[in-house]
Amino acid sequence: MEKTFNNKAWFLVLPVFFLVAISAIIPLMTVVNYSVQDTFGNNQFFWAGTEWFREVLHSSRFYDALLKNLAFSAIILLIQIPLGISIALTMPKKGIWVPVCLVLMALPLLIPWNVVGTIWQVFGRADIGLLGYTLANLGIDYNYANNAVDAWITIIVMDVWHWTSLVVLLSYAGLVSIPEAYYQAARIDGASRWKVFRYIQLPKMNRVLLIAVLLRFMDSFMVYTEPFVLTGGGPGNSTTFLSIDLVKMAIGQFDLGPAAAMSIIYFLIVLLVSWAFYTVMTNYDADAPEKGVQD
Amino acid sequence: MAKITLENLAHSYMPFPKSDADFALKEINHVWDDGGAYALLGPSGCGKTTLLNIISGLLVPSKGNILFNEQNVTQLQPQHRDIAQVFQFPVIYDTMTVAENLAFPLVNRKVAKSEIDQRVSEMLEILELGSKANSKARGLTADEKQKISLGRGLVRHDVNAILFDEPLTVIDPHMKWQLRTKLKELHRQFEHTMIYVTHDQTEALTFADKVVVMYEGEVVQIGTPEELFDEPAHTFVGYFIGSPGMNVLTADLQKNQAKLGSHVIELGKSYPDLDGTIELGIRPEFVSLGNDPLGVPVQVTAVEDIGRYKIVRTQLEGQALDAVIPEGQSVPAEPRAILDKSRINIYRDSHLVREGV
Amino acid sequence: MSTTSLTSGMRTTRGANFKWLVPTLYIIFLLLPIYWLVNMSFKTNQEILSTFSLFPEAPTLANYAVILTDPSWYNGYINSMIYVVLNTVITILVALPAAYAFSRYRFLGDKHLFFWLLTNRMAPPAVFALPFFQLYSAFGLIDTHIAVALAHCLFNVPLAVWILEGFMSGVPKEIDETAYIDGYSFPRFFVKIFMPLTASGIGVAAFFCFMFSWVELLLARTLTVTDAKPITATMTRTVSASGLDWGVLAAAGVLTIIPGALVIYFVRNYIAKGFALGRV
Repeated sequence: MEKTFNNKAWFLVLPVFFLVAISAIIPLMTVVNYSVQDTFGNNQFFWAGTEWFREVLHSSRFYDALLKNLAFSAIILLIQIPLGISIALTMPKKGIWVPVCLVLMALPLLIPWNVVGTIWQVFGRADIGLLGYTLANLGIDYNYANNAVDAWITIIVMDVWHWTSLVVLLSYAGLVSIPEAYYQAARIDGASRWKVFRYIQLPKMNRVLLIAVLLRFMDSFMVYTEPFVLTGGGPGNSTTFLSIDLVKMAIGQFDLGPAAAMSIIYFLIVLLVSWAFYTVMTNYDADAPEKGVQD
Repeated sequence: MAKITLENLAHSYMPFPKSDADFALKEINHVWDDGGAYALLGPSGCGKTTLLNIISGLLVPSKGNILFNEQNVTQLQPQHRDIAQVFQFPVIYDTMTVAENLAFPLVNRKVAKSEIDQRVSEMLEILELGSKANSKARGLTADEKQKISLGRGLVRHDVNAILFDEPLTVIDPHMKWQLRTKLKELHRQFEHTMIYVTHDQTEALTFADKVVVMYEGEVVQIGTPEELFDEPAHTFVGYFIGSPGMNVLTADLQKNQAKLGSHVIELGKSYPDLDGTIELGIRPEFVSLGNDPLGVPVQVTAVEDIGRYKIVRTQLEGQALDAVIPEGQSVPAEPRAILDKSRINIYRDSHLVREGV
Repeated sequence: MSTTSLTSGMRTTRGANFKWLVPTLYIIFLLLPIYWLVNMSFKTNQEILSTFSLFPEAPTLANYAVILTDPSWYNGYINSMIYVVLNTVITILVALPAAYAFSRYRFLGDKHLFFWLLTNRMAPPAVFALPFFQLYSAFGLIDTHIAVALAHCLFNVPLAVWILEGFMSGVPKEIDETAYIDGYSFPRFFVKIFMPLTASGIGVAAFFCFMFSWVELLLARTLTVTDAKPITATMTRTVSASGLDWGVLAAAGVLTIIPGALVIYFVRNYIAKGFALGRV
């Protein structure tokens, strides 16, 4: 759409600007403030310069958690994106089953995150949980509280359970927007099922898939509540992600300086990666022609 | 290339159609000659797209058979029918280049690489898209996209027929004319059987050798543009073709005379006694207005000046009668209308009565 | 009739017959853990710990009775509801004009502002938990509903602006111009004409605000003590304190799923478009 240049539009944006500025900028300043100061308690602070940043960037604890986060996000994206697309492809496109599928699939998305943790905590226990009990009876040694690999598998399955539907719903929205004529033309052109997917469905899902990747990356990289409830970061430190470590450090141990420095580095990483996705997205938009008649 | 035969073909979108009204396409028998250029003309929802999709194989008909030459293809999938179809909105593969788009149907059919290259470059030249061969198809204008849709059909030399489903809907008026000329040219060059669906009579009449007019799921007339003009087989064809459409007046028939209220009109031939609703049809082009005492008196309600001629809207005993008169001619104060009797058609229950006595 | 046509026709129908399997298996996978939670909520703690059964052997509503009669439990639901609704209302009210501005005008710094807004959706709540606590302490807002509602605006406002902007861009600009020519003032045009046209977008944005505010734990827990404590926090604290009453915990969990399920049911026809943020 052709937009007119008008600086008065700022008046419409002011409420949002102030609201977000107060809840974003002031706390952020606080964090920055802590990150460059040290304290002995009693509200006495003194300048610490970049010490905390150096400490964080040299601590193996930070890299350890960062690596876990990156691995987690990568695994999550690799599982959820293809799985979500294939489920969307096989979903009915019309009829009474459509709302049934949509409602049931959206259900996990609206469950409070700590309840998601609780559900899986219970579900996986060998004494009272359906999953844990079944596995134990099958002779499989499974215990997410003691075994790091089991803990990781449980957290990943839990996240797949919790969030794959978001990818499904986004892909589905992209799929149903494809006009029937595209499929008809493809049949007449003799295209195989794979080519229909590759040259019609995938390009048309492009935009929504980028949204899916962006949201799933941000949220999986910031994951806190579900693993915190399920494993509390354990066993050992095997599932201590950055955010869990951060809360432990800031609220548990009250190490405000390092926690603040870590916060800033953490935030910057999320920003950097998200900015990369955002650039790709807007470039794609700019690259596209005027919204064609077929849209 | 092939002759296409429709045998007792009918289609309903309901699984168990009960009455005639449940059929989107009522029973039809027709042969489309090899190499012919046909237009399928009718208002929206008359079943023309249904018929087209049955020919291309996107739909399997509820009843009847469809034959390409002598082969029954009724149950055959579209990809096995060697048919090309161009849709109302251009369908292009966004992520491919123009050349890749054109090559797509050939690649899918495993045509040899050298052959593909040669045919694609030939097609690029015909469509005048050579300069854009390697640019992404999604950046093109609507008419360029539609040319690609068309090219994907033409690039296959073996097609039995090319079907067009209102292909010029989204094209700018001046480009419409160009593309239509291109189509005619391609038809002459390749001699494919072409079926062109449209609701625009100008498009139909300029494109086709033979026009098939459909109305409410039924084929009401098949003929050359002249036949449709001179002898509409159904009052609908009379209305739909020509501008303004044919005058249709209810009348009483007595051998070679038609009574319109208190007035008597002489007919060109004599008719037997007929039941049902009798109507008299005459094109405005064959109604003249003057002072001739033999004419029937009419009241002028409006005069529309179209440029080269004028349309005079009149009332004859309460029924509308339009006349087309040359630009210079003036309308008399108390005009009388003369109906050219050789051009009068008689309709019974909307269908043309051909047999005189 | 040729044989190829018959076989290929049959192949496609047979393929289509098995397509429902994938979504069905997926939905079963989604429902199993929820079923187990519901199952547990109707059992006594004793039954849960002693016997393993797919259905409650002696179904009881005692767990639900505990929650619905104990104020420390049911107040949690009321508190959650209050701040979620507050948050949704505030978010939509401020996001509507801003989204209109982004969808209709270019102005100084618009792109940067938009991106800056989105960055707040990317801010890990863990980073903001402590500073928020200090900020709201300074204003004496700790343990109030409005504190949580405002804190959740941090990630809901950017999202709402983004969603609404997408839907509003789909409304042709000619509608605005016609309304101004007809003599509508901006506020009247916005409320009488524009908002009804973007009603589905507003619904979708409200749905997302509800969703992300309802499911969030970390900020809500940090900013509340007792008076505004949300149900989610009540659950975590009760688990650690009262020595694990599984039945009550399960019942509380089931009760947190119900509001979400109701909301989804009401927006079911907009879900697909809504999740695409109006950008399909």
